Amino acid sequence: MKPILEIRNISKQYKLETHRGPKTDNLRELLQRGFNSIVRGTKPTQASGANTFWALKNVSFEVNQGDVIGVIGRNGAGKSTLLKILSRITSPTEGEVKVRGRLATLLEVGTGFHPELTGRENIFLNGAILGMRKREIVRHFDEIVDFAEIEKFLDTPVKHYSSGMYVRLAFAVAAHLNPEVLIVDEVLAVGDLAFQKKCLGKMGEVSRGGRTVLFVSHNMAAVENLCSRAIVLSSGALHFDGSTKDAIQYYLNSLSTQSGAGSVVDLVKVGERRSKAGSLLKRLELLTDADQPINQGIPIGGRLKIKVHFELPRLTDTIHVGVGFNNIYGQRIFTAHTYFEPDLSHKQCVGPQVYSCDIPSFTLAPGEYYLKVWLDVKSIPTDSIEDAARILVLESDFYGTGKIPWNGTCVMKHRWQLDELAGEPVYALQKQVGSEG
Amino acid sequence: MSAAFELTIRARRGWQAFDLKEVIVYWELLAFLVWRDIKIRYRQTILGGLWAILQPFITMLIFSYVFNRLAHVQSDGPPYQLFAFAGIAPWTFFSTSVTQSSNSLLAQHHLVSKVYFPRMFIPLGAIGALLVDLALSLGLFAGMLVYYHWPLTLAVFWLPVFIVAAFLSAAGAGLILSAVNVSFRDVKYVVPFLVQMGIFVTPVIYPVRYVPARWHLLVGLNPMSGVVLGFRHALLGSPASWGLISISLATSLVLFVFGLLVFRRMEIRFADVI
Repeated sequence: MKPILEIRNISKQYKLETHRGPKTDNLRELLQRGFNSIVRGTKPTQASGANTFWALKNVSFEVNQGDVIGVIGRNGAGKSTLLKILSRITSPTEGEVKVRGRLATLLEVGTGFHPELTGRENIFLNGAILGMRKREIVRHFDEIVDFAEIEKFLDTPVKHYSSGMYVRLAFAVAAHLNPEVLIVDEVLAVGDLAFQKKCLGKMGEVSRGGRTVLFVSHNMAAVENLCSRAIVLSSGALHFDGSTKDAIQYYLNSLSTQSGAGSVVDLVKVGERRSKAGSLLKRLELLTDADQPINQGIPIGGRLKIKVHFELPRLTDTIHVGVGFNNIYGQRIFTAHTYFEPDLSHKQCVGPQVYSCDIPSFTLAPGEYYLKVWLDVKSIPTDSIEDAARILVLESDFYGTGKIPWNGTCVMKHRWQLDELAGEPVYALQKQVGSEG
Repeated sequence: MSAAFELTIRARRGWQAFDLKEVIVYWELLAFLVWRDIKIRYRQTILGGLWAILQPFITMLIFSYVFNRLAHVQSDGPPYQLFAFAGIAPWTFFSTSVTQSSNSLLAQHHLVSKVYFPRMFIPLGAIGALLVDLALSLGLFAGMLVYYHWPLTLAVFWLPVFIVAAFLSAAGAGLILSAVNVSFRDVKYVVPFLVQMGIFVTPVIYPVRYVPARWHLLVGLNPMSGVVLGFRHALLGSPASWGLISISLATSLVLFVFGLLVFRRMEIRFADVI
């Protein structure tokens, strides 16, 4: 039997748009270019190589019916672009995809929900937008309402729903889609834990029912749970295709090797840069107490100093620098940003600059963290680097008790004490005793 | 599983008006989008659907006073109020349609970037919903006919043709403007101007004989001229200048097909640009 999805040499090229005004957004310039080309008898110039980048390059794989495939990779690796091509939202620049079955995409829960419409009306509207026929929606209507647990609010406009109800309803509609291929992107990042579990359960049910699922997530636990096979994308190329366990291992390894290690990181070489004005961010220094470089990592609660070196080509003011700490699943745990610093002067400056950040006690739990560094000029994201550096937080005696903290994502100084029972409860106890005697 | 079903996704090049198979598959969604627009348009308003007829009605009253009373514009037979309203009703449909559809893709960019269905349903759905408003103002017009004791003629059977022509004109303009609006926000400034000038260029407030005969071909190239003259013929039994009307109807058909082509050509990049 032929594979249900055949992805052959898919590439997607995007034009980079600068803040001076994207090339195409300027009608005058376009007309001028068109006019020039007519006058000179030349073809209008194609976007030159410098202004384009490949979000996907020669990606090929096949998906058989019943496969549940995880798609993993860092932000900007091309996962979303791949899903958008498969769901026909955008078309590939090169290559082709054969789809042999009805395909539905869930890139976002609640696409097309209208706040003024009631829950009932939105079920129909959203169902239709996701590709369901009216009679299908009618047939599944009660199941959807049951699944979402919103019976009482069925005729209330969804603008009055709590965000939890909203997400439940949105996912309920999507979960009752009956496509042969289901494409899901990160939708489980929303909703409370219990509902997430329910959704994962529903998706598991869907896949056991012989459906084909492509699942994109940063949640490695969910990918491992659901998928039998996974592919790893990196910088737009397919780097790994195999069992989920191996794929996740490959992914985690690649994170460690691609990010800068050691205490001085040359930002020109590492990570994935998104820039509007060239490589402004130059260097990152990670220091501990007494300005010692970090070698093996820092102990829990240790002092961390970060120095961000960057260069401004022209006189610039209102510069902000941020450093974000992501866990190995790509979730942001903590952000240190100059925006929160009241004592920083934003005078005009030019040339090499250093911003340094002092975190007196770095209280994240033991583990690996990946730093994203970025630079904003006048609130406009100007240069940013994903996974610029890796920091290891080492197990240590944070509480000074000779015991090592475990579990959780962070540690906090705290105290426990036993309160003397006083007042009412003691009195009640005595009375009880008294009445017995 | 349907083994027969096979779809190939690849870069689309060249010109193509529409994909009939796809339109058939997604037909119900268009109906849903129209239904949604009708439902939400007048939610949380006091007057509700009355707005659909209030606007052309008040316009008619003001025009009657300014152009008929003060400027002595003639209506060639029927009371000027009827004459004006028969033109204002389709014109209001056209201008509101163009205004709303040209903005529709941007207003619903989340649908463009997060889910796939024929994109032309977004502007077309907005226009479809406005057909309901047109029907309501035709209802008001029926009341006015009774009030002014003006009889309907057999010509009324032509009305559907001109309603279709009004739809084609609005859809043609709406498709082009909404598609261009995705890349060039200049459309935001063009549309109000177009709509404002259009009512004077189109014979809405004056009979077409006021325009010198040598300009008639030019008037015919305005797709809404034929619609307005046709509405007057169908609703008031006014003599129809068929030559001008047929040129105009042909123009609206050409505009519609051109709109489809332009839209399909530009929609390839919508999700990347919006």
